Amino acid sequence: MRYYDKLIFELSKKGRTGFSLPCNEYGRHVSELPSELKRSSSPELPEVSEVDVVRHYTNLSQMNFGVDTGFYPLGSCTMKYNPKINEEIAAMSGFSSLHPLQPACTVQGALEVYEAMDKALSALTGMAAFTLNPCAGAHGELTGLMIMRQYHISRGDFGRTKVIVPDSAHGTNPASAAVCGLEVVVVKSNADGRIDLADLKPLLDDSVAGMMMTNPNTLGLFETEIIRIAEMVHAAGGLLYYDGANMNPLLGKVRPGDMGFDILHLNLHKTFSTPHGGGGPGAGPVGVSEALRDLLPVPKVVREGSALKVVGRAGSGDETPLSAGEVSAFLGNFGIILRAYAYILMLGKENVRMVGPLSVLNANYVKECLKDSYKLPMEGVCKHEFVFDGLIDDGASKAADGQGATTLDVAKRLLDFGFHAPTIYFPLLFHQALMIEPTETESKETLDAFIDVMHRIAAEAAENPAVLREAPHGTPISRPDETTAARKPILKWNG
Amino acid sequence: MGQFAYFPHTDEDISLMLERIGVGSLDGLYSDVPEDCLFKGVYDLPEAMSEMEVRRHFEALGAKNSKLKIFAGLGAYDHYAPSVIQYIVSRSEFLTAYTPYQCEISQGTLRYIFEYQSMICMLTGLAVSNASLYDGPTAAAEAMRMSVACSPKKKRVLLSAALLPNVLRVVETYARYYGVELTLVEAEGGQTSRAALERELAPGDVAGVIVPGINRYGIVENLEGFADLVHDRKGLLIEYCDPSALAVTKTPAEWGADIAVGDGQSLGIPLCYGGPYVGFMATTDACLRKMPGRIVGQTADKDGKRSYVLTLQAREQHIRREKATSNICSNESLMALFVTVYLSLMGPEGMKRVNDLSYAGAHYLHDRLLSTGKFAEAFDKPFLKEFVLKPLVPADRLQEVLLSGGYFAAVQTEEGYVNFCVTEKRTKAEIDAMVSIIQEAEL
Repeated sequence: MRYYDKLIFELSKKGRTGFSLPCNEYGRHVSELPSELKRSSSPELPEVSEVDVVRHYTNLSQMNFGVDTGFYPLGSCTMKYNPKINEEIAAMSGFSSLHPLQPACTVQGALEVYEAMDKALSALTGMAAFTLNPCAGAHGELTGLMIMRQYHISRGDFGRTKVIVPDSAHGTNPASAAVCGLEVVVVKSNADGRIDLADLKPLLDDSVAGMMMTNPNTLGLFETEIIRIAEMVHAAGGLLYYDGANMNPLLGKVRPGDMGFDILHLNLHKTFSTPHGGGGPGAGPVGVSEALRDLLPVPKVVREGSALKVVGRAGSGDETPLSAGEVSAFLGNFGIILRAYAYILMLGKENVRMVGPLSVLNANYVKECLKDSYKLPMEGVCKHEFVFDGLIDDGASKAADGQGATTLDVAKRLLDFGFHAPTIYFPLLFHQALMIEPTETESKETLDAFIDVMHRIAAEAAENPAVLREAPHGTPISRPDETTAARKPILKWNG
Repeated sequence: MGQFAYFPHTDEDISLMLERIGVGSLDGLYSDVPEDCLFKGVYDLPEAMSEMEVRRHFEALGAKNSKLKIFAGLGAYDHYAPSVIQYIVSRSEFLTAYTPYQCEISQGTLRYIFEYQSMICMLTGLAVSNASLYDGPTAAAEAMRMSVACSPKKKRVLLSAALLPNVLRVVETYARYYGVELTLVEAEGGQTSRAALERELAPGDVAGVIVPGINRYGIVENLEGFADLVHDRKGLLIEYCDPSALAVTKTPAEWGADIAVGDGQSLGIPLCYGGPYVGFMATTDACLRKMPGRIVGQTADKDGKRSYVLTLQAREQHIRREKATSNICSNESLMALFVTVYLSLMGPEGMKRVNDLSYAGAHYLHDRLLSTGKFAEAFDKPFLKEFVLKPLVPADRLQEVLLSGGYFAAVQTEEGYVNFCVTEKRTKAEIDAMVSIIQEAEL
């Protein structure tokens, strides 16, 4: 990767243009707008030519690492390969040119995709029905919790305001609960890294709306007592929520609906192969059990005989009294749903059975090969990911200043070898957490290369931790000064 | 096992790896899963298709949708997206990258987000922007929560009844569960009522007020004095805007707004049946630390090279957990790239031209529709590219006739008006042809 210094604004030259538009043949002009409604001066957007734009963004792209560049062992992020056919399908003009308010009779093909996706996700998870409206995992979580609250409210049970969240949970779980007006109660993990049933039991009373879990949990461990937990939560009148961020190892093998979950969200940008796009767009469909079907958000796609229609749109007058409400602009991130549905069709009922097992195979292989150099707090079979608690020998004893290499240093050193870093300092249960998730789309050769590099880094740390602490050495920039960035924020170009 | 393009494992690889792990079979990797939890049935899914079959399948589905000339707005606009955009956003270094937490290998993403933030500030006139949110309506909902976070003792927010229907509905959903009381400020003569606003502000318990820059009737609202009214009562003024129009209309900063939100779809993002789009949010320096979402900042690396990082993360959900006032933990990065490339190509002059063409076409259509005698003026107020009329003919029938002619227009609103919108993509010939269909139709 090559460092490139420019901002688009610095290429600007007055009078240059990068657009090409037809002439105004109407004899009317926007200058007719009353002056009190007009802005006083033009926005200072860049004035650049088309070739300037193309070169600038091509140069920027070359300072980026993506799945197509190399391997991401990024825990809880499921950075699998993003199939290219999906991109072509999402760009087909039969879909990309559709206005979201077009009448149902003109978008039957799009609505069929919604219906088919609802059915496919239901089949894969053992749920009864899905909404595809949420735009991201956290958005799905919030939507799922709204459904949870709506369930209790619709039964006239207004006292259920607490939600139980494990201490190992993704940070979004408590945040989503808080913005849904729920009070978070934390349940502890036991020494095996699983939910402590003894700690859970006293928390379950009639103030509990439900419990959020991911299974396997963020340590990559299957919650073996899940059936018992579901019984306990249900017996207390609560609902069980499944955070689908860790669904990949279960795909083709275990269905959350069969484990007793009532509500779940999936991350199509994780389990269903849609690209992460540098942080989005994703999609976070939410599935529910039969009893909760009517609580799903609006608008929704329903079949009436041979035709599909959209129900519950703002102003439609459709009666949907139980629905949790409207959570996004239209019907969700349709372009992402198209991609994920294409992936499901490619997999089919046969190949989907191998997604989970191969992802688990890859994770366990890496874990077994590296546990001689990195501290493994939890022995035994993991699922799609696992957590190391830092280096076995961080080199502190040999360093002149007595400072060893930390997890951050290992992560940064990996960048020098053409790998993305793992997820670090999460989950919060360990001080030097290093969370690795290889996904099923990586070959043994790629994993072996990664393992070699991780061993080499461990050896470097033991010999001379400074090499790690100074890393990365070969990237477009070295470690930036993040403290000053936060203390004296520069958040836009100031000329 | 059979061969599948996305799984690189050979049978030999699998045996070698299982051996290294010390487990006899792939099933053995699930020995920790209780028997009752394992799915033993057959998935109710189609059989695997080849890439060619998948392509044909979607081509057939796409053919079941009608490609129409779009004369409708209401929160999604058929503006032209120059070829360069698709070319750039398809680069896999952008497309397949993760969130730029590892800044040393993500300078591309971080740099364009910084440019995006700068451009949102240029359009809104406000001091700071975040790295983007899901879509316009959820951005408005985030602003609602942000206003409450800025005055924690107040739990009431006002919404103009002239906001787009989906904005109202999404904010209502978020408010219901977050525990915020909403009050609608009525519209009078097609514009947010100033008198009603004053009345609702009077008790002094209002944390924020959300008003549209361009409202559900397409009218460019005159927000003169609104900010003073809201600020006198220690609340925040939030403007919901169409960022494309902001190149010519008075900016949120000029109106005195504290927060600007809206949907960036009008800046180069395809309609795509409603998503993915991109929500934007900008605010003042004073409110910066209450703004949800990611933010990119400029700094220097060890050698003094200009560098970009995700910053002010102490505000974010993964740090604050249950103390968070937003659960946002992503942005619509790639959609922000659409916007950034679009605005780079258009520049100030291109944006003026887009608005000029849209304004001119919309006003031409407006007058021609009135001259058919089949519509009456709904409001006599300034509009830009979108407007509503009172239909004097059955609106259902009108839309049907237009659809069969290949036009999506005359969308009925809750109030019984019909909505029309013209962008630079529509030609005079298309407008004339559509008007003559209306003229000639027996309605």
